Amino acid sequence: MTTTTTVEQATNYEAVIGLEVHIELSTRTKMFCGCAIDFGGEPNSRTCAVCLGQPGSLPVVNAAAVEAAIRLGLALGCEIAPSSRFHRKNYFYPDMPKNYQISQYDVPICLRGHLDIPSERGVRSIGITRVHMEEDTGKSSHVGGSGRITGATHSLVDYNRAGIPLLECVSEPDLRSAEESRVYLTELRAIVLALGISDAKLEEGSMRCDANISLRPVGHTVFGTRVEVKNMNSVRSLGRAIDYEIARQNEVLTSGAPVVQETRHWDENTQRTSTLRTKESVDDYRYFPDPDLLPVEPASEDVERLRAELPELPAALRARLAETRGLSPAQVSVLAGTGLSALFVQSVAAGAPASEAANWLANEVTGWAGAQGVEPVAVPLTGAQLAELVGLVADGTLSAKLARQVLEAVLSGEGDPRAVAHARGLAQISNSAELEEIVDSVIAEHADAAQRVRDGNHKAIGALVGAVMRATQGRANPSLVNELLQARLSA
Amino acid sequence: MTAELLTCGARELAARMAAGEVSAVEVAQAHLDRIAQTDDHLHAFLRVLSDDALATAADVDSRRAAGAPLGALAGIPVALKDVLTTKGVVTTCGSKMLEHYRPVYDATVVQRLQAADAVIVGKANMDEFAMGSSTENSAFGPSRNPWDLDRVPGGTSGGSTAAAAAFQAPLAIGTDTGGSIRQPAALCGVVGVKPTYGLVSRYGLVAFASSLDQVGPIARDVGDAALLLEVIGGHDACDSTSIPIPPPSYGAELERGVEGLCVGVVREFLATEGLAPDVRARVEDGIARLGKLGAELVDVSLPHAAYGLPAYYLIAPSECSSNLSRFDGVRYGLRVPGETTEQMMSRTREAGFGREVKRRIMIGTYALSAGYYDAYYVSAQRVRTLIIRDFAAAHEQCDVLVGPTAPETAFPLGSKTADPIAMYLQDVFTIPSSLAGAPALSVPVGLDDAGLPVGLQVMAPVLGEGVMFRVARALEADLALDPTPRGPNSLEPPDEEHDAGSDAQPVRLVP
Amino acid sequence: MALTDDDVRHVARLARLGLTEEEVGSLRGELSAILAYAERVQTVATADVPPTSHPYPLANVLRADEPRPSLTSAEAISTAPQAEGGRFRVPRIVDEES
Repeated sequence: MTTTTTVEQATNYEAVIGLEVHIELSTRTKMFCGCAIDFGGEPNSRTCAVCLGQPGSLPVVNAAAVEAAIRLGLALGCEIAPSSRFHRKNYFYPDMPKNYQISQYDVPICLRGHLDIPSERGVRSIGITRVHMEEDTGKSSHVGGSGRITGATHSLVDYNRAGIPLLECVSEPDLRSAEESRVYLTELRAIVLALGISDAKLEEGSMRCDANISLRPVGHTVFGTRVEVKNMNSVRSLGRAIDYEIARQNEVLTSGAPVVQETRHWDENTQRTSTLRTKESVDDYRYFPDPDLLPVEPASEDVERLRAELPELPAALRARLAETRGLSPAQVSVLAGTGLSALFVQSVAAGAPASEAANWLANEVTGWAGAQGVEPVAVPLTGAQLAELVGLVADGTLSAKLARQVLEAVLSGEGDPRAVAHARGLAQISNSAELEEIVDSVIAEHADAAQRVRDGNHKAIGALVGAVMRATQGRANPSLVNELLQARLSA
Repeated sequence: MTAELLTCGARELAARMAAGEVSAVEVAQAHLDRIAQTDDHLHAFLRVLSDDALATAADVDSRRAAGAPLGALAGIPVALKDVLTTKGVVTTCGSKMLEHYRPVYDATVVQRLQAADAVIVGKANMDEFAMGSSTENSAFGPSRNPWDLDRVPGGTSGGSTAAAAAFQAPLAIGTDTGGSIRQPAALCGVVGVKPTYGLVSRYGLVAFASSLDQVGPIARDVGDAALLLEVIGGHDACDSTSIPIPPPSYGAELERGVEGLCVGVVREFLATEGLAPDVRARVEDGIARLGKLGAELVDVSLPHAAYGLPAYYLIAPSECSSNLSRFDGVRYGLRVPGETTEQMMSRTREAGFGREVKRRIMIGTYALSAGYYDAYYVSAQRVRTLIIRDFAAAHEQCDVLVGPTAPETAFPLGSKTADPIAMYLQDVFTIPSSLAGAPALSVPVGLDDAGLPVGLQVMAPVLGEGVMFRVARALEADLALDPTPRGPNSLEPPDEEHDAGSDAQPVRLVP
Repeated sequence: MALTDDDVRHVARLARLGLTEEEVGSLRGELSAILAYAERVQTVATADVPPTSHPYPLANVLRADEPRPSLTSAEAISTAPQAEGGRFRVPRIVDEES
């Protein structure tokens, strides 16, 4: 079995891919009880009778979770069901407090939407089958062995996560490649972030993606046998897993064997998928409407209000940014993708030139956010502050290098850019009279270098410029320094 | 004096305590003594909470002395069916699965009883996980009927009704899913009420069938039952199926009589094969009395009533199969060790559940399984709709509907345990109102030819408890029955506890 | 509905009931009889009659997203048949459910 870094599909098969994405909501409390969602803390310290499944306990629906579901559905162009209900999905597993999961089955809250993605074939509209609400399970850790189930001697269960609200977003099998799948997932994540309903971190599990992959001969409409792949913890590993699986199924079919319908596990270390369980061992979930919960019937006025209050979504934002003069496509892409677009818009509104603002945001601000572990949307900077900073560079008050220092200070809460520059004495010295004195003393102290310049060695001026910069703690306007030195030394 | 404390009802005890004639501690002690003297024979209780009861009673007395306000049930002893969670106090549900289980929270009903200053004297015996009709399915031995100690008290609230009938407590709490308060109330000669579905919170009621379960009051007279329902009823935010209404009040309607009311006599019930002839006769006499008291008697039909039992035995097991999945040895209750978790779960559930529970889990799992869901579960839910429509049609004309509560009186222990369906048939009259979510109660209407209690069932529209109590009270007042269990094999009544074996003449008011 | 022993074993497996062979045999007869009796609902349960799942018609029963006190870790595991490090301990799990 050869793995290649680029997938060469057999000319006669096309891949058919659907993605199931689970999104952990950032509501304050769990789906069916008032336990606060806090991370860290002792195991089983964020639990109650309800999320522990204690006998006699009953669920009560979190209104904020319903609202988040409706907002995501609206953002994906879904129909919002006038009446949806909760079903019980029955199966036994130790991380399931009740041995049934409260979910939605045949009447989910959102249906029939779409997510448009750019692809090499132009914009593709990927169907969204449904978005529904359900509760998360607890977490088991396996002791002994490698930490995975096989080889463990026993397991330990923590129910802090049990009951956290999840939205499950299921796509139609409209994706055709690993690349499209990556773009779809990235775009879905951007929408979720724009809505502010989850921090959607794949690496941490607040967003999880499973892929259903099958192959069929090009031109055929009947679906091939589907394989489910789980355990991809980043956009990149999603792409690799899909590429691997397409190649694997291709090889199976080409050899004349059938693809087995099963669930496979992606292993990041070995970069392969392997069998987790086959269809035969899948439980019959015995779905039935949960008698403890009543139908959810959102009023149309409420749905319309939520629709009107939707933030500008990434696609619309990209379109609008693309029309902004002075921005390159790369800048547009970065701004739209990192959640800094609101800040960009504010900065431009406060007077910053678009390209300058975009550059600062894409480089320094994004870099700072990454180093600090802060989500770009949570960066403590206003558009007015950024505009002021850009202005200070433009009018020569700050050199670009010092402006970066000032930015860091502003982000750390020291105050507005001008005030920080003043307080730290970082304002660029552009006053000729002030600089002349320093230039003269530097020339006096570096007589040899000065003489070399007079003798025609223009490169020697660098040392003198450096000396002036040091003497002014970097605040001297470098081009003015150069000018003054030239003038003095050619006199 | 002690015997009087035991035989007068809750409201009268309250009046005497308020008047300073007797203290809450004396009342509690009298009942605890009665329990200690009789429960070896009766086995109504799985756990007697003497210390807690006396402490609560003492607290009531000192607060009364200090002039502090007291709850509506201050100092009144109450028996609590062991299916409601009591924080830190073992709650078994009559099952080996929970034999040593201590809940981490109190059921809402328990909290309301405590807020009313009631004195909970003990956890009452029951059929395991509320499945059965005789209390013989309790993993800890059956309770007995105080009218004849070799006979069943009915079930699943058999411990609660036996305790009330035997004067161990003036009030008891039971639960009713398909008849589990009403049928044992009928068999023990006491009043038992299944409220409108959603009137009483299910938070802390260990679930059997979620769309049918209700907590309800048991007492020796209608007025006491109504008082208890006022205390436990009303909206609870912890239960999504709880009706958003305030705690109810029934005092005003109770004594209004039946003049001008229309009482529907359910044709199908009286014609049911399996209804004992003397039970039918007593019930018909009771109905005739209502006519003489001024009610208009009308013949009504519930055409789909016969489908109620089969529908119930699909819906209830289906919901229960899911509700009981949580009992797996992981988080609480019994654990039987295993090499793997799967093995541990299977062994635990095999050992922890009794025969009837397993039977119902199996039926429910089957009825919900792929390929059978529409034919069984959904079909049963369609029958539910038909029965709801039948009741609605009948109530267009009638204020209440009446009929027998149970087809038979108390049967001998062991006489029906071999045939599950024979046991299920005990619920044939109570199930339709359970499916409809409508309120219904059983009120004693006399004794059969063997001297065993017969119950008459009064059914009302949803949230129609007021008219239901009114009709039952009128009949009760007219009959003026002595609730004391009598008979050659009955439990000694309080008067005669010093003369064990005495043959005091029973005063039987046979209509 | 006449069940086979295999039907019974399959259902018992779904329900995680470790039935003995004797139980399988006797339950087969009982379940068949009960289901046969229950099947009579099909006579009247025609498709034009909508199923009822909740007897009292309520909708939109929701709660505000406000935190309420949780149990302490000690309280939560107070009922555990076996606990370790504040977690519920179970024997090794065979079925992967990732």
